[in-house]
Amino acid sequence: MAIDITRFHQTFFEESYEGLDAMEAALLRLTPASADAEAINGIFRAAHSIKGGAATFGFKAVADFTHLLETLLDEMRSGERETTPVEIDVLLRSVDVLRNLLNAARDGQNADAAVVGRLADELASVLHGGSTSPAAASAPPASAPASEGWRIRFEPKAQLFASGNDPVRILRELASLGPTTVRCDTAALPDLTDLNPEACYLAWDIELRGSCPRDAVMEVFAWVEDECHLMVAPLAPVAPAQPAAATATAPVPTPPPAPAPAAEPPKVVPLAAPAREAAAGDTRERRSEPPRGEGGSIRIATEKIDSLVNLVGELVITQAMLQQLASGLDPVQHEKLFAGLSQLDRNTRSLQEAVMSTRMLPVDFVFSRFPRMVRDLAAKLGKQVRLVTSGEQTEIDKSVIERIADPLTHLVRNAIDHGIEKPEQRVAAGKDATGTMRLSASHQGGHIVVEVADDGRGLDRGRILAKAAERGLPVAESMSDAEVWQLIFAPGFSTAAEVTDVSGRGVGMDVVKKNIEALNGAVDIASEAGKGMRVTIRLPLTLAILDGMSVAVADEIFILPLSSVVESLQPRPEQVKRIAQEGTVVRVRNEYLPLIDLREWFVLPGPKMAAHQSIVVIVEAEGKKVALQIDDLVGQQQVVIKSLETNYRRVRGISGATILGDGRVALIVDIGAVVRLLAHPANGVGIAA
Amino acid sequence: MSTASSEISDSGTHAAASSPNEFLTFTLGDEEYGVDILKVQEIRGYDTVTRIPDAPDFIKGVINLRGTIVPVVDMRLKFKLGRAEYNEFTVMIILNVAHRVVGMVVDGVSDVLQLTPEQIRPAPEFGSGVNSKFITGIGALDNRMLILVDIEKLMTSADMALMDSSSQSLQ
Repeated sequence: MAIDITRFHQTFFEESYEGLDAMEAALLRLTPASADAEAINGIFRAAHSIKGGAATFGFKAVADFTHLLETLLDEMRSGERETTPVEIDVLLRSVDVLRNLLNAARDGQNADAAVVGRLADELASVLHGGSTSPAAASAPPASAPASEGWRIRFEPKAQLFASGNDPVRILRELASLGPTTVRCDTAALPDLTDLNPEACYLAWDIELRGSCPRDAVMEVFAWVEDECHLMVAPLAPVAPAQPAAATATAPVPTPPPAPAPAAEPPKVVPLAAPAREAAAGDTRERRSEPPRGEGGSIRIATEKIDSLVNLVGELVITQAMLQQLASGLDPVQHEKLFAGLSQLDRNTRSLQEAVMSTRMLPVDFVFSRFPRMVRDLAAKLGKQVRLVTSGEQTEIDKSVIERIADPLTHLVRNAIDHGIEKPEQRVAAGKDATGTMRLSASHQGGHIVVEVADDGRGLDRGRILAKAAERGLPVAESMSDAEVWQLIFAPGFSTAAEVTDVSGRGVGMDVVKKNIEALNGAVDIASEAGKGMRVTIRLPLTLAILDGMSVAVADEIFILPLSSVVESLQPRPEQVKRIAQEGTVVRVRNEYLPLIDLREWFVLPGPKMAAHQSIVVIVEAEGKKVALQIDDLVGQQQVVIKSLETNYRRVRGISGATILGDGRVALIVDIGAVVRLLAHPANGVGIAA
Repeated sequence: MSTASSEISDSGTHAAASSPNEFLTFTLGDEEYGVDILKVQEIRGYDTVTRIPDAPDFIKGVINLRGTIVPVVDMRLKFKLGRAEYNEFTVMIILNVAHRVVGMVVDGVSDVLQLTPEQIRPAPEFGSGVNSKFITGIGALDNRMLILVDIEKLMTSADMALMDSSSQSLQ
């Protein structure tokens, strides 16, 4: 039976990208001081599995390159080579090359061979000419092949066969390394009646004679190292061989090594050992991942989760519909029905929460890309930047995460390029030469708040105003700071004196704002000259559900996103003023806010009512407040957002639709768009006559 | 069945003799129209619609069709045929065109007819309510004359204003 191997490609690529991310993160944490065996081992493992996968699937370029990488890493973790910034740097760049190679392999294209070749040469030169540490050079080669051979205890776990591994293959490969004596240990074999034909009960004691290096032996077991207890001890009667041999021949070497390092036989490698402190001296050991335990996870296609979310959305609507129908019944006569309905209500809510939580990911998924970016950018611009992140574990909807990555990248890039000064300028200003970038995420009510803050020079009010005037934007000296900061969101706005290849081309802030607002979020800027600036992004937890205020206008119901509602009031006649040509304003405390009659705005039937006879809801978006005149407040509810665009098209001033408890459709008002349309009335909405 | 649907969208006149096309017929004013039955999802009464701002008058609004938001077009207003009255007899044909669901209000639904290729004549240049570029042919059956409409082409066309211009270009 032919197996179409290409169907595993997707998984291979996903895992490889994850492995690369993990490698990158670990490399960034790695400093010459912190370079312990465990850290390097983590990186090595990631590289190793990419290499294995690539070789299996025939991505030769990837496998070859990873092999070089692996060799370097191997020397580092064995202590033969000191970890210096040179190695870290070349490894980081290798990660990039590897990512390109993987992209190329995935898209079936050829990667830029020149770049790959150059880095491969560089790797090779580091490897050969390399900065071999004096310690390793002088030490009698701990890794040198043991001349006598190896004593191997190979005890697979019962589920070995499930992963498609065959002990016979392993034994055969071992035999190819040198003459072997194999003894099979059948002690664990149960009676025939209890025997599970799919489980592995056997263990092997192998004596391998010959002068093969230890790595060659380990290589044979590379695919099964997570699925077996493995001990490899030299046959050579070196000093402590006694305990080693004892352990190796012990029937069950499962118990974790004794906590006292002295009791641990050197050079014995307990592969499945539980986590323990890395013994500083013995860098030879390999450890598998800590046992997976209960916190297992599975990969699920996003579409499956999305359809689950949709179905639950339907269920919530149906439940609301039942509730509404039942409200007409006599509660005394239908007591049981009511009890059942309230239970349904509770269960639906919990189900909804549970399903929504499956889409939630920690915000770390975005934050983790920044250490690298900040490091590279700072180096490029000759600045010193320290990145501090907090709240990485804050969870947020996957689709939101995907869509804030770009805006955040822009913000961080801007902050480093324009915000944070060069070290000498910082020192002159009496600040620490190293600038600080803060990225933080937190939950606030039904929102997630992401902050990007720096302690750089802050925004230059005068320069922004001048630039805005130059570009013909309506500006005045009397504008509040908040209004001035909003100007930088205008398309094409840049105050950068010169265009660098990092930023300053004037694309960016408007895109940031647009992206965030498309998510029903809001961007705010706080800045103080010389002290730095802070951009605060408020986002809804999920895109599928919205906390809304339902309001009645004519015979229609509209939903206002609760996040943008400031207050509602019934104005007194003297609060409402008509300004000739400009429309109507309503005075709320000391602010004059433009008043929009939603009935006129959406061209709905019915007589026009005076503002003081109806209700006014004050809403805020993009730093501007607007008063909306409506007929009545209906209630406050969570609504499931439905797209109008699935079967229809985008409608200006409307962000989507939802289905009310009675089955009717209600439109969700896009406050941001209303505010924008108010500023440019030429694009006004209205039902065409 | 799938061949039938592709034939109607290329040209109804060259359908294979063995596979007759089935059409759902409906009336608009005095004219009788036919659409490919495979594009029809269901027929239902006229519900309350939620009006949409910024839409032409023939787009009545949107309805909730078992959880999906579906726009409703009144063909009588669009083609200025018949009188646009809404009562318990008003019917709506729910169409499935270009992976979208659209409701279409008509004067009345008559029946489902099978037409053999010989019964389908090429569309003459004549003035019906519907622009002739959307007409694939004329079905002649006894004394009746059916105007066969490429409903998918019609519903995705720019003058129906049902789609964003960007998605139209993809169609």
